Amino acid sequence: MRRRMASVVAFLWTTLLLCCLADSASATTHSPRPPLNEAALNGDSISIKGKLVDTRDSPPTPVEGVQITVLDESGKVVGEDVSDAKGTFAIRLPGATIDVLGQTFTTRIDVETLPEGTVLRNPNQVELTKEIQTDQDQFVTFPIGPNPNPPVSTGTQALQLLVGGIVFSLLLAMASLGLSMIFGTTGLTNFAHGELITFGALAAYGIDTLPGDIEIGGRNVTLAAAVLAALLLSALFGWLQDRGLWRPLRDRGTGLIAMMIVSIGLSIFLRNLYQYLAGADNHNYSQYATPEPWSIGPILITPKEIVVAIIAALVLVGVSIALQRTRLGKATRAVADNPALAASSGINVDRVISVVWIGGAALAGLSGVLLGVTQGFDYQVGFKILLLVFAAVVLGGLGTIWGAMLGAFILGTFIEISTLVVPAELKFVGALAVLIVVMLFRPQGLLGRAERVG
Amino acid sequence: MVADRIETRDVDPPLRDDQSEAARASLSGVPHEPGAPKPDPIVVADNIVRKFGGLTAVDVEHLEIQRNVITALIGPNGAGKTTFFNLLTGFDKPDEGRWSFEGHNLNGMSAYRVARLGMVRTFQLTKVLSRLSVMENMRLGATGQSGENLWQAMFAPFWRSQEKANSSRAVALLERFSLEPKKDDFAGSLSGGQRKLLEMARALMVEPALVMLDEPMAGVNPALKQSLLGHVKSLREDGMTVLFVEHDMDMVRDISDWVIVMAQGRIIAEGPPEAVMSDPKVIDAYLGAHHDAELDLDESQSGDRNG
Amino acid sequence: MEWGGILEGALQQGLGPAAIVYCLAAIGLNVHFGYTGLLNFGQAGFMAVAGYALASIVATWGLSFWLGLVVGLALSVVLALLLGVPTLRLRADYLAIVTIAAAEIIRQTVGSVSLLEYFGGQDGLQQFVDTFAGLNPFTTPMGLGPVSWRPYDFFLLCVGWTVVALCCLIVYLLMRSPWGRVLKGIREDEDAVRSLGKNVYAYKMQSLIIGGLFGALAGFMTALQHAAINPSFFATDTTFFAYTVLLLGGAARVLGPVVGAITFWFLINVLDLFFDQATVGPNPLISASIMTHQQASLMRLIFLGLALMLLMIFRPQGIFGDRRELAIDGR
Repeated sequence: MRRRMASVVAFLWTTLLLCCLADSASATTHSPRPPLNEAALNGDSISIKGKLVDTRDSPPTPVEGVQITVLDESGKVVGEDVSDAKGTFAIRLPGATIDVLGQTFTTRIDVETLPEGTVLRNPNQVELTKEIQTDQDQFVTFPIGPNPNPPVSTGTQALQLLVGGIVFSLLLAMASLGLSMIFGTTGLTNFAHGELITFGALAAYGIDTLPGDIEIGGRNVTLAAAVLAALLLSALFGWLQDRGLWRPLRDRGTGLIAMMIVSIGLSIFLRNLYQYLAGADNHNYSQYATPEPWSIGPILITPKEIVVAIIAALVLVGVSIALQRTRLGKATRAVADNPALAASSGINVDRVISVVWIGGAALAGLSGVLLGVTQGFDYQVGFKILLLVFAAVVLGGLGTIWGAMLGAFILGTFIEISTLVVPAELKFVGALAVLIVVMLFRPQGLLGRAERVG
Repeated sequence: MVADRIETRDVDPPLRDDQSEAARASLSGVPHEPGAPKPDPIVVADNIVRKFGGLTAVDVEHLEIQRNVITALIGPNGAGKTTFFNLLTGFDKPDEGRWSFEGHNLNGMSAYRVARLGMVRTFQLTKVLSRLSVMENMRLGATGQSGENLWQAMFAPFWRSQEKANSSRAVALLERFSLEPKKDDFAGSLSGGQRKLLEMARALMVEPALVMLDEPMAGVNPALKQSLLGHVKSLREDGMTVLFVEHDMDMVRDISDWVIVMAQGRIIAEGPPEAVMSDPKVIDAYLGAHHDAELDLDESQSGDRNG
Repeated sequence: MEWGGILEGALQQGLGPAAIVYCLAAIGLNVHFGYTGLLNFGQAGFMAVAGYALASIVATWGLSFWLGLVVGLALSVVLALLLGVPTLRLRADYLAIVTIAAAEIIRQTVGSVSLLEYFGGQDGLQQFVDTFAGLNPFTTPMGLGPVSWRPYDFFLLCVGWTVVALCCLIVYLLMRSPWGRVLKGIREDEDAVRSLGKNVYAYKMQSLIIGGLFGALAGFMTALQHAAINPSFFATDTTFFAYTVLLLGGAARVLGPVVGAITFWFLINVLDLFFDQATVGPNPLISASIMTHQQASLMRLIFLGLALMLLMIFRPQGIFGDRRELAIDGR
């Protein structure tokens, strides 16, 4: 009992230390809330501003001499302006900021004063009504000329979404493969898997925010180094987790459900520890935050997405080959198939499980850092996609290695393409609904075997 | 929602010893061949096939089980005995085939309804309910309890008298199986042999017509074995039919009236114990290619029991 | 450090409305997990369905508060059926994954912009407790010993703990009956129970429904406690906290959730208030370079996660549980 306690406590301490190491630099980067505009509160006023440009030309040209009027709730004119040579206008609202807060103002454009041949994109919208909710100046727009981003055809849109979906599914597949391998060999339904994903993203962030850049031959490779370091730290984290926590629990014969609940506790613990260290803000890495996208045919894709996809694909192929060809890979699959049989045929099950934890955590961590590269991250980036990871694994078939990847691909692309018909905010809902439907008709998953009873 | 409708079932009045004698005697005219028809079958199965992936685990053309006798189901590991048990009792679904129990067609019937008809099984790895007391394990076996209905459960007057009757029946059975002193212990604290006894006693609480025992002797210490044998025999005396899977050939020889041999999913031989154990086909099945070895079926029990 | 204030504040929370919410949710989980062995990880979904039914029927459709309660209960039964039909025949972990997914589906759906006019999006709904508040006989702050509550809170407290008492009575009556025995049997080994002629599937479904109804009561309580409702009340962590409450008090014990909820909220608030005080002011007890005031608010969750792990590893029978059962289980 005491040794077990010691091992668990040691594990938790090491976790803390690791996290501190990874995030030592990030703790100081809390951005303070933007200070309230004090001048505004001290009696300054708010203006309604805007800029009129004609998008028929490229680049768009300013539209000058247009009359803009602002009316208050009762319809009284409270201010007016004429757009200047840059097309801008600004109308100061009467009274102090504190007086206009909460009031509603209507801004009207006088179409008569538009230059000859210039029309509003939406000729019926000559008025815009806004409630003043903050102490900031308000901006209004009256678009003139055609939409510079004309609506694209559904086919192109689907293709664009498919590309995004493939990039996402590659990352999802790495995370799912890790979960599936660990489940397959140990039976653990690991609710703390999301925190392995976040760990990768945070570890890279910790390295990335260390002072100074890492350069090789004059090129700034800070992020590349950070990704590599995150991969190694994640692997170490996985090994520590298994040795410090899961193996002792397995050794004392802890039930799978009890372990599942332990993993829930671990998830809550780590997630809040991450927030403690990294704050609640969304972060981006120092490089490649806002790159210019390339257009390939009608598709837009950023170079970093291509690089991320290639890395992920290579890793997935590599892991698959390793599982298929190497002795250790075969042993892993044997243990996943039947641990007792594997043990009796001379396979060192504990060692295989150690390797699976190292590999699974490294995969999860790598998916986390690459996810962070493509779309930024926060302290719960992994927790947010945890259910999708579960869904992918169950969809493909619990514990099957190919199933996890197949499930991730189906789900990842489905999520993106479904936004053609489903509002984007509900895209995860669609994916989870698919999961439930699959359970209904094929509970063993797409590649799983029907279970043998007795 | 009503979970447990009380199903009325005709329980045969306990037969006297001579009646089970008569049932045994009637087996003497049955030919010693697979699928032989019996004078008074309680279970009849036809063309039961169960495949796992490409592997055919069970493929039984025809089988009849005689009422009121003890029938043993033997065979080498992996012969499909336990799978066949699962299929008959509704714990697994065959790919094809039909079978009946006392004239009731059991196709597609779920396990709990099969049990309610009076066909009750035990498990190879005992399934006692560890964190319930021995008495609670026993009481759970009783059928037709009105207190098991959600709406009546909350009001004890609806079920108190029935509970009392069940309890006294349970105590009587526990006394018979020498478990009475343990009745308030958690079932999880019993020894392996005691668990086997409890499981058998609990099955009797259902008042079955057919008791199916999956390896009742596995893991039981020698001292308990003799009393277990006696208990199984006494089931027959009480008018029940017994079908059991067993590796322990002493037990098979001692108590079974009829033996069915399975190998590779098929029934390869049937007959009284002595006849079956000298059947060359059976010897082949147990020993495979090793014809030179002399058959001593007593040794076969030393094999491991994954089948 | 003002220990008196900390203990008073913690006691106020330990007996307060939040404790009632988690107590009711945990009573439901006790039926599911403690007695039947069903892993429902979507208790927040049952709470959300009921809470939103109540809030939207009153605030969106302008119908009766009491109708809202009825509809909330009815919908939680429907949810139980929807979840149970596909999963109760499958292995235990499938139910866990499906319920957790369903709860998240519900939360994201009611919070979506597309349904803004019915459920108020991320801001949720308000203005639906008038009927309930109108029944409040108290007009001045009321207290027990050193702690006191606002009149509305005290009224809610009286109603809430009465409901908890009734629920415990129901659970007690059910679990000492043969019906409860079947559930406990299923928890131990469902095949054994099946072999004794019990319709395991129907019992599991009944258990899921009854536990879900307790979850629905927790959902009502959430809505009443805040006099408002929004999706963030029903996050996955809500279910996890309810599990912590259950395991703290001891699963498969009628009063486990009550003991667990009071202990849980008391301890959580002791931690919270302690770290709050320790990091505030010009010369805080804990230097701001180690822990800022903002970070202090996370300490309780860090400790909670830790507590859940250690509890499950070293005292799965709960703080006040019976060691004897633990020995049987062997893990």
